[in-house]
Formats: sequence, C-alpha cells, structure tokens
Amino acid sequence: MLAILLATLVLHLTDLIILFVSTCANAWRRHGDASYDLWYDCTQNNGGYHCRGTSDADWLQAVQALMVLATIFCLISFIIFLCQLFTLVKGGRFFFTAVFQVLASLFVMSGAIIYTVMSPGWKDDSENYGYAFVLAWLAFPLTLISGFIYIVLRKKE
Amino acid sequence: MLSVLALTSVVLLGIASQTTAIVVYTSWERHALVGSDVRLSCSFFSWQWTSPDVTFSWHYRPDGARDSVAIFHYGGGAPYVDNKGPFRDRLEFVGNPSRRDGSILIKNVDFGDNGTFTCDAKNPPDIAGRPSSVRLLVFEKVPVQAGVITGAIIGVVLGLLILVVAIYYLMRFLVARRVFSLSMSKHGKKGKGKEGSQQKQAKTESSPGVHLLLTTCLAFHSLLFSSSLL
Repeated sequence: MLAILLATLVLHLTDLIILFVSTCANAWRRHGDASYDLWYDCTQNNGGYHCRGTSDADWLQAVQALMVLATIFCLISFIIFLCQLFTLVKGGRFFFTAVFQVLASLFVMSGAIIYTVMSPGWKDDSENYGYAFVLAWLAFPLTLISGFIYIVLRKKE
Repeated sequence: MLSVLALTSVVLLGIASQTTAIVVYTSWERHALVGSDVRLSCSFFSWQWTSPDVTFSWHYRPDGARDSVAIFHYGGGAPYVDNKGPFRDRLEFVGNPSRRDGSILIKNVDFGDNGTFTCDAKNPPDIAGRPSSVRLLVFEKVPVQAGVITGAIIGVVLGLLILVVAIYYLMRFLVARRVFSLSMSKHGKKGKGKEGSQQKQAKTESSPGVHLLLTTCLAFHSLLFSSSLL
C-alpha cells in the first residue's frame, strides 16, 4: 500500500514539474540559435539574448491560457490529494483528485493540439520543435494515467 | 538634526544634478487604425528647472529605411511643423513645453506612416541625454492585445470552478438545514400532540406531506454525502 502511494505521489510530482517546465520555458520551437514561443521570441547573438514578445495571435494566447490552466489544475489536484489522504474514510476513492487531474490532462492535450495544428510551417530544415513542446505532449498521457490511478485507488487502513 | 538633513539633501541634489542626464520618455509602441489620428507623447525628466529655452525635436525613420528625417522642432518658444516632408499638413503640436510635454498629433495615418519616431528633448543646461523612440504600427483592424484572450480564458475557467464549488457547498448546507429544521419540527409536533384535538387534526392532515418531504430530503442528502465520499 505504501509503495503504491509513494509511486502515485512521485508520478504526480513528475507531472507537476513537467507541466511547470513546459509552461515557463520558452522553447516550443527552435531555429538554430533562436527559440520561439510560448512567451517570447528570443535570438541569441554575440553571447547575449535579444527577446521580443510573441505575436498577438489568438491561437497562441489560447495555448498560453490552456497550459497555465493545466498547471494550476495539476497543482490543485495535488493539494486535494494531500487533503483527502488524511480526511477520507476507509475504502473511499480519491474522486476529487481524479477529476482535477483528468481536467488538467484535457487542458494540456487541447493546448498541445492547438499549437501543433496552428504553428506556422517550417521555413527551412534547421527549424524544429523544442523540448518544451515535447514535454507538453509527454505531460498529457502522464496526467491522464495519474488521473485514472486516482479513480481506481482506494484508501486502506 | 533638521539642519543636518537639509544640508545633506542640498549636497546630494547638487551632486545628482551634475551626474544625472536628462531622461526622455515616450511610449514603446503605438497601434493605430488606418485613417485615425494618433498622438505621440514625449516627456522628459530633468533635475534642472524647466528652462524657457527648452527644445523638442521629432525625427521619423520609415520601416526599412536607414536614415531619419526631421519632422518637428520646438525651440525659442515656438513650434515648427513639417511643411515639406511626408507629414505636411498632417502634423500638429499638442504639447505643453512649460509642463515638459512635447507631444505631437499625426492626423489620418496611413500604411506609409509605419516606422520609428524619435523624440529628443533638451533642457538647457541639461542637454546630455539619449533620445527615446516610439514605433508606430498601422493596422486595418486592430488585433487583440497580447494577453487579453489568455487572461479571459483563465478567468472564465477559474470563475466557473469557484462557482461550481460554491453551489455544491450551498446545496449541501441548505439541504442539511432543511432536514434539521424538519426533524426538529416533527419531534416538536410529537411532543405536543396531546394538547388540543384541533391542533391534532390539522397535524394529521399535513403529516403525510411532511413525511414525504422529509424522506425525499433525507434521500437527497444521503445521495450528496455518498457522492462526496466517492
């Protein structure tokens, strides 16, 4: 029981960290030395960064909002999990935790899908997706699995 | 003590006025619709008093060009607007130099007005400073400002969340209170049933309805309670 609990906790913390890094790091697309999205367009030259704000595109702002909401909901579900760990009756299920975790997974899925579909095409071969984009797509199945674990998990002793 | 403070502040002011240059302030970027009027504001900070010889000068550099042209100059107490360049008859001085405001108004902007406007202010003897630039962007349709949609989506979702949680707790509270008050009144009626047959008759007429209400409320409450445990 304790092993399962610890594993679930570690998975949830991993999800939280991945979501935070993906939302805050500015590396959804890379073009050589330059990194674009989600918040700035930064180019690196002569050892210094030169950053501009990203374009005001509607879809980009929607992706920003969805990623922030996913991170917030994952954080809320973590707090509710810690609360329910101590207040739940024996045999009860972590329903509230699961709801927030599944909602977080849906938000990050929507954000990643919108970004994939709407991001402009490659200008040349040196442009590709950055690590924050990969992390966002990784966060989606991890949070979904974590949410389902909470639906199934029962509190014992 | 007070004299020491006054002396220190005067000394500091004297030092500062010699080491700080004039600082010119403009906006960072201005967005404008085609055909509208746009006001470019320029102000400055200087340790000296505003001199009567204060000067403002505006330069314009179109997007993609390398050189800038002078389009406005205020000096000697009089404004001089552009009468030969791209802004002839479209430029107006709307500032107040005695209040350190050197703003200009550009009427009827067009796509050819995209570019960088540089304001340089001098307040003799405070003349060492860096001019400040404002970028003008002319749109056919003003795009949504950065962050508006983001903030709106986040606000709506969090607001809905708070609303749902509040309604849930309100329902639980109301149902619990209703069950409590009904159970109290039922016990009260049982206790006073022996006094007065009229009261008894009135109670028996309404007691099946009260029974039904009580059972449905209890069932609802237990349903909510079990769903919260799930």
